[in-house]
Amino acid sequence: MSSETMTAPARRRVRARATGRAPQDTRAGLWSYLWLLILLAFSAFPLYWMFVIATSTEEAVSKSPPVLLPGGHLLTNIEEVFSLQDVYFTASLINSAIVAVTVTVSQLFFCSLAGFAFAKLRFRGSRALLLMVVLTLTIPNQLGVVALYIVMGKLGWNGTLLAVIAPGLVSAFGVFYMRQFILTSVPDELVEAARVDGATTMRVYWSVVLPAIRPALAVLGLLTFVATWNDFQWPLITLGGTDFPTSMVALSDLASGNYVLYRRVLSGALIATLPLLITLFVGGRQIVRGIMEGAVKN
Amino acid sequence: MVSVTSLPEAPGTERPPARKRSWRHRLLRFDLHYTPYLLIAPFFLLFLVFGLFPTIFNGVVAFRNWRLDDPEHAGWAGWDNFAKLLSDSDFWNALYNTFGIFALSTIPQLFLAIVIASVLNRRLRAQTFFRVGALMPYITPVTASTLVFDVVFARDNGIANWVLQVLGYHPDTPLDWHATKLSSWIAIATMVNWKWTGYNALLYLSAMQSIPRDVYEAAALDGAGPWRTLWRITVPMIRPVVIFTVVLSTIGGLQLFTEPMLFEQNPQAATGGAGGQWQTIAQLIYKVGWKNLNLGYAAAMSWALFLIIVIIAAANALITNRLGGGRSK
Repeated sequence: MSSETMTAPARRRVRARATGRAPQDTRAGLWSYLWLLILLAFSAFPLYWMFVIATSTEEAVSKSPPVLLPGGHLLTNIEEVFSLQDVYFTASLINSAIVAVTVTVSQLFFCSLAGFAFAKLRFRGSRALLLMVVLTLTIPNQLGVVALYIVMGKLGWNGTLLAVIAPGLVSAFGVFYMRQFILTSVPDELVEAARVDGATTMRVYWSVVLPAIRPALAVLGLLTFVATWNDFQWPLITLGGTDFPTSMVALSDLASGNYVLYRRVLSGALIATLPLLITLFVGGRQIVRGIMEGAVKN
Repeated sequence: MVSVTSLPEAPGTERPPARKRSWRHRLLRFDLHYTPYLLIAPFFLLFLVFGLFPTIFNGVVAFRNWRLDDPEHAGWAGWDNFAKLLSDSDFWNALYNTFGIFALSTIPQLFLAIVIASVLNRRLRAQTFFRVGALMPYITPVTASTLVFDVVFARDNGIANWVLQVLGYHPDTPLDWHATKLSSWIAIATMVNWKWTGYNALLYLSAMQSIPRDVYEAAALDGAGPWRTLWRITVPMIRPVVIFTVVLSTIGGLQLFTEPMLFEQNPQAATGGAGGQWQTIAQLIYKVGWKNLNLGYAAAMSWALFLIIVIIAAANALITNRLGGGRSK
């Protein structure tokens, strides 16, 4: 077939293949989709299997070949988890919700306040203080865990939710992220105009800054909620063995002992994962955008 | 007029009547000078008490005898805790395990993430669907997913063993993933890889999207295929992000805690297997501090871990930089 008889799109395709085309402009072929779907299946499999076991009897755990379809025992399994005497599962879910919501709201408020000050206000020592915020980003939280336990002991907070909430109320990451966002998304002119109208600093924060940073608040809020809900090490240290665990600590209790019923364990895991799956379903776009914008949180 | 950027007492501003001016003016001055400090105060106060102070105080605790079961026996220990560390076979074993799991998780994870990102970087339908899907493991609690993997890696009729059978591996006795170092490391590394690959892929994707298109046009002249283009052009162009993820994975990987903890039948024991096959340092710190109740020694161990993290993260960043051709620039 000569090039004269080719249709226009076909000709364009040939030319494009000849010159270097950026991957962004290369249409994904069948293999790309297939490969992505396989990976997606791998990503989803543990969650799916959690569901399968949570709906099954204990025999399903060790069937070979494995059981791949859900059974009809979800409600009995869940009921059992909630009625266990020494695991406090109901309380743990409430505790997790209290901790995650308090920490998230507090971080959004305090981090956006400080971020606003660092981005738009002039004050003595602001550079040095900001540098301090950035430097503290690099300290692994594990380093202070032993001393944190001692501090909480002196305050008498170990074994209470306060010990889990207090260290999460602010984060250097949140302050820095908010500062970066406010720097570029809140125009100086807008702040100045509000000042001319006689607005106080708090008023500027409330009516100028807050409305402009809603997307950043969504991202930080979602990431903070997920991280706080999932936290295990510190809650285990300070709440382990008490009657007030978070749901992650309760899960580890559920899986302890010589005789573990996995249909029960994974029913509990399913319930504790559900709020996050809902979070991903509702805020998936924002979480993706946040991570791709560099809102990295560990 | 008072604005953020001008000095508080800018000349030439109109002055209201003196009496009225004084309190209003003072209020404004206060607002301008001191409100910024009030805005950052909550962060710094809370951070000081629950972040900075514990970090520094941890250094003090490391040099003291600090036992939860024996508060009377307190006092300075000098370098005792650190000396004990050097001759503690548990510590070296945990260090070995931590590095082993770290190597088995970080390297495949980042390679795979690069390949996935390069596919996601194509013109693709349902972009958001795939991206959100890639984050499913990231939002799943490690606690929950590890418990699922416990069942997957069960000795008797676990899915992992079933898959090995399907692939043609028929040992005389079913493989006990918990039994040896290597098998338990592989199981734990699988959990880590599952969790973080998609997340890293999104970080790479974000960097790949900012590579200028003309870079690829130049490359095509040499007749490079997609695979070569990926490793010769795309990856070197996103080197800063690759280094960043290497550092991030180092910091996270060397502090690995939840996966090894819950891989055990009795998580609270924190032994990492009957012979400590997969006990990591973070796990050992927990055991020393809250099972053996020796907080002084646990503090010394956290300092050692911190030092190791800093050294390894720096070394890995350097290596990655060189592999990516950092010297030539």
